[in-house]
Amino acid sequence: MNYSYYPGCSLSDTALDYDRSVRAVCARLGLGLVDIPDWNCCGASSAHMTSHEIGMRLPLRNLLLAAELGHDVLVPCAACFQRLKAAERSLRADPGYWDVPADLPEFRIVHISSLLSEPQHLASLGEQVRLPLEGLSLACYYGCLSLRHPKITGARNYEQPRALEEIIGALGANAVSWSHRTECCSGSLTMARPDIAEALVGDIVAAARRAGAQALVTDCPMCQANVESRQRHSATQPGLPVFFATELIVAALDGSYPASQGRLHLVSAQVLSNVVKRAAEQREEAA
Amino acid sequence: MNQSIDTSEKIHHKFLDKLQARGIDVHACFQCGRCSAGCPVTGFFDLTTMEVVRLAAYGREEDLLASKTIWLCAACETCATRCPNDIEIAALMDVLRELALRKKTVPAEPRVPVFHQSFLQSIRHWGRAYEVGLIVGYKLRSGDLLGDMKLGLQMFGKGKLSLRPHSVKDKTVIEKIFSGQGKEYER
Ligand code: SF4
Ligand code: SF4
Repeated sequence: MNYSYYPGCSLSDTALDYDRSVRAVCARLGLGLVDIPDWNCCGASSAHMTSHEIGMRLPLRNLLLAAELGHDVLVPCAACFQRLKAAERSLRADPGYWDVPADLPEFRIVHISSLLSEPQHLASLGEQVRLPLEGLSLACYYGCLSLRHPKITGARNYEQPRALEEIIGALGANAVSWSHRTECCSGSLTMARPDIAEALVGDIVAAARRAGAQALVTDCPMCQANVESRQRHSATQPGLPVFFATELIVAALDGSYPASQGRLHLVSAQVLSNVVKRAAEQREEAA
Repeated sequence: MNQSIDTSEKIHHKFLDKLQARGIDVHACFQCGRCSAGCPVTGFFDLTTMEVVRLAAYGREEDLLASKTIWLCAACETCATRCPNDIEIAALMDVLRELALRKKTVPAEPRVPVFHQSFLQSIRHWGRAYEVGLIVGYKLRSGDLLGDMKLGLQMFGKGKLSLRPHSVKDKTVIEKIFSGQGKEYER
């Protein structure tokens, strides 16, 4: 099955490794990705927060380009996903207002975790795991934009989502039960008010730690960057790295976690290297 | 807040009409406080989310546009998702920010709109967000030259910031969007 692919700006720049892992996972699942040609920025929070017209017309252009390809659209970034879905909602409600043809073909816009947590993909991931991530306790962190507002995102379990738990479960990792799965990390304020971001991120990381998590796992590049960069850590209180779900999938399916990937984290990612190493040793002993 | 209910002549009909046109029914609020209870940034606000909704219903536009709250709202949609009366509170915050910019109200949190404008400038220029350009632009406009220096260098060291912007080919359509497409009809 083919999907139109909207990487978005983060995945072309600061989260380039997220893009690579998404493409690798889709290849393993037999999903073809066709990049939307000449896509533009979705406008992120800054556009819709300050201009309704610009905030809608930027993602709309991408939808018109996607309509030409005709496939469903896969979006790995939660912020881009929410903006494309918001534009879709307005567009379908009143194409005339947005100067868009009324007979635009129907296609779905899907966020990466909803796709990967479909039963057939979970089963396929489970079968392909080479080294299970046993003993790794993770706090699944969704943040805001793949879930809210459910009128826009279409999310059903927006207060109690399960997609990330199901994905890491298929990899053999353990999901802790914790309080801050859908709390906001204030990524849109992180440059202008780092103090607020530090406070919110501090609460999130403390909650994950209380629940016994060794790391967080997310599907939002804004959250990943913000939660790693705004947490305080020290020699006595080491930080918690934030992994992308697809990064963990690649590690479990390949049975390795390259040091070059680990180095991209702003907080030490040693915990994942250790888990992968231990799993490899156990496998050798068994063999 | 010690403001009493405004008399009708002070109510801004244009403002209330605008909210109605966007489907934001501020009059449906019965002040249950759920929006404020779940707001992650509420501790930094000068008006609580619930107050914003009520002042909007009173048409107290100036108070709202001059508040810190409209700029510190992170657009997380928690309030609107949980409002039992289905009031589009996050969209209300969008309307207020846009109005504040159009009316050139002095922002109570100046760095926030400067950040948004730097971000949009980058998209207007390249069609895509270019992080290094954005950071430099924000620093110059906000005067916050040294903040986050260490973080920026760390990200650069990890190869996370590219020095070359990615650009869309069809720049004319991006420019059209930024130069007022859709605003021809004054809405
Ligand atoms: S949640 Fe809705 S009804 Fe309750 S106070 Fe907030 S705006 Fe009013
Ligand atoms: S959208 Fe804004 S006001 Fe509403 S809960 Fe989030 S930060 Fe608070």
